[in-house]
Amino acid sequence: MPDIKTEEMLLNMGPQHPSTHGVFRVVIRTDGEMVLESESHIGYLHRCFEKVAENNNYLQVVPYTDRMDYLCAMANNLGYAETVEKLMKLQVPERAEHIRVIVAELNRIASHLMAFGTYGMDLGAVTPFLYAFRDREMILKIFEKLCGQRLNYSYVRVGGVTFDMTDEILADVERFCEYFEPAILDEYDQLLSYNGIFISRTANVGVLPVDLAVNYGVTGPSLRGSGLKRDLRKDEPYSIYDRFEFDIPVGSGEMGTLGDCWDRYMVRIREMRQSVKIVRQALRHLPSGDFCDKKAFRGVKPPKGEVYHKIEGARGEVGFYLVSDGTTKPYRVKARGPSFSNISVLDALTSRGDCMVADMVAIIGSLDIVMGEVDR
Amino acid sequence: MSFEFFTSALLASMTGATVEEVAREHGTIPEQGGIYLEAGIRQICDAMGVTLLVPGWLLITAMLLIVCLLVFGFINVFALFAVWLERKVSAHMQCRLGPMEVGFHGALQTIADGIKLTAKEDIIPRLADKPLFILAPIIVFAGVLMRFVPLPFGQRLVASDLDLGLFYVAAVGSVEVIGVIMAGWASNNKWSLFGTIRTATQMVSYEVPIGSAFVAVIACVGSFSLHEIVQSQSGWFTQWFCLRNPFLFVLAIIYLVASLAGCKRAPFDLPEAESELVSGFHTEYSGMRFALFFLAEYAAMYLVSAVAVVIFFGGWWSGIPYLDEIGLGARDSLAVETAGLLIKAGVLVSKSIFLVFVQMWVRWTLPRVRLDQMMHICWKVLLPISLACLVGSTLWELMAGGSGLFGLA
Repeated sequence: MPDIKTEEMLLNMGPQHPSTHGVFRVVIRTDGEMVLESESHIGYLHRCFEKVAENNNYLQVVPYTDRMDYLCAMANNLGYAETVEKLMKLQVPERAEHIRVIVAELNRIASHLMAFGTYGMDLGAVTPFLYAFRDREMILKIFEKLCGQRLNYSYVRVGGVTFDMTDEILADVERFCEYFEPAILDEYDQLLSYNGIFISRTANVGVLPVDLAVNYGVTGPSLRGSGLKRDLRKDEPYSIYDRFEFDIPVGSGEMGTLGDCWDRYMVRIREMRQSVKIVRQALRHLPSGDFCDKKAFRGVKPPKGEVYHKIEGARGEVGFYLVSDGTTKPYRVKARGPSFSNISVLDALTSRGDCMVADMVAIIGSLDIVMGEVDR
Repeated sequence: MSFEFFTSALLASMTGATVEEVAREHGTIPEQGGIYLEAGIRQICDAMGVTLLVPGWLLITAMLLIVCLLVFGFINVFALFAVWLERKVSAHMQCRLGPMEVGFHGALQTIADGIKLTAKEDIIPRLADKPLFILAPIIVFAGVLMRFVPLPFGQRLVASDLDLGLFYVAAVGSVEVIGVIMAGWASNNKWSLFGTIRTATQMVSYEVPIGSAFVAVIACVGSFSLHEIVQSQSGWFTQWFCLRNPFLFVLAIIYLVASLAGCKRAPFDLPEAESELVSGFHTEYSGMRFALFFLAEYAAMYLVSAVAVVIFFGGWWSGIPYLDEIGLGARDSLAVETAGLLIKAGVLVSKSIFLVFVQMWVRWTLPRVRLDQMMHICWKVLLPISLACLVGSTLWELMAGGSGLFGLA
């Protein structure tokens, strides 16, 4: 009926909104419940990480990397430490490499648990959120025992890790793996993944074609949800990831179209199983010996030069570009936060005219952003 | 009924006769509503040897007030209990403890919260439509309260057993929608507006399947009166309407699903949808006004559950005739009769609370549906099935001649 005219409404979603996962603002033009166009606004959490890094020495930058992706701080620590080590051509002790892999994968699980929980909450299911927190708590307890911190660890540093993993902690990790996989993950699938309402809310919603994803620089589970098997742990192995056996889960459009919200969500759930697999292997092969390079811990002075290094964080490629002028402070640090690229695709996903206000929340949640990393 | 009731009361006050006599004269049943209450009080007074000098109309006015306060008190106490229950149920489903500090296992937590809410600043946004904003929570609450009028709490325990009881419950339910629309519109907030439009869409739509479930039951009983509906479900639990024929069983489920939507509970909590719409139509409300919405929600939860119990799950009949017969004998003493009434009230209320628990259970398990899916479920799934079941159930009644799946009572 062309005669009926509807009125458009401009709706300001955020920066304070329950489902924008931080101080993220989207201005959406709506026609009733339909979203016609959306425009993202970021920058509410900008803390000048890159400038601050120029005024601190190489070791002092580590705590700032924690605060980028605060849900997966280990990956940021690891990315930064490896970048500096690459610049210095520093070899890290074997034990430290294994511990790094263990904590990075545990942190990936913790981060994916958070993504799983908040995604359920975005879609109105509150219980999965608390289930995820129950299990995430076990990981945080392990980290607390390990380094005294629950969120911003600064545990992985240039030259190794700050504390050794005691037998008690190793036993805790073992226990967590036994507890978590497969029983708890199956519980999640029963509760949320294969729930009819959940599938109807996420299948065929926010379809991200693989070429669009690549064009926007989307990485991590969001990219793999579109069916592209790209994971730096396999494609460009860093640390000792080439020694472990694990699969890269990718989306297959099981419940709807390839690259929809369900695919992105499911990639994370399946990745947690693979992470447990990696942790188990690393535990089995954990050598004894030093856990850090004591000399590097006292201060580093990389040679002149520049380097770019990237690792696979929980949300995608965490990259650091370092320019050194031969002093104890970096001349320039550029960080690539995966959430920044991932969120940039949001407007393209929601401005196609097939998205409702409720889908908006589902799409933001499925991209799994951390605003600390978007704004840095 | 209520009209006749007032006429009887008026006549009684003019002629000096008791209301009961007038009611008999005019062919109304004294065993119902306020008239029964008055007769009951006179009976009790006679039994205790006290002569009542109060005229009938005054007694009935007083009784009316008392009944109003009783129902209101019940709603409040229930809301206090249900909020606590909801928090405990959700907590235990989520591996938490829930409130533990105030009172035994946090039993007094809701009271503490209520006191806090009354002490809160009452904020009315500057650009809000002030009169509507103030009126809205009152109308929402009144809309729910009105629906309690024909609702029995047990045998003979009813504020007023209207002849059109079930129809009244369905009709007055729409008042709440008006209040919600007022709240959302007056708030002058886009999120509230979204919540309001969703509420209007949802509550109006879901009244249709609820209505057809009602009609099917009415067709079986031949009366709109909730009292009559329960009376015809006496006997073993196989006589409950949900088991009377397969169609009514389906309708019972449809009613339960639609009633979830009717009182804006998950998975149909789109009007509030805290992760999408902040908190929907009551985003701008604070303090006691917010508490009224809250109270109305929990009262509505009880109401739809109690209506479900009354029309489908045997009302105050426990389903075990030996238990139900207590206090029904012709020569039972007042004490036994009272005990019987209490048992029946307990059965009805506990069945309703169980259904309230089911609502909570569903809420803390399922995600929320989307608006278009919600409409799809209503118009393309529930409505066709419920209409088919209505036809089926009516045909069954015609063919079976009043006999249920498990035979006559």
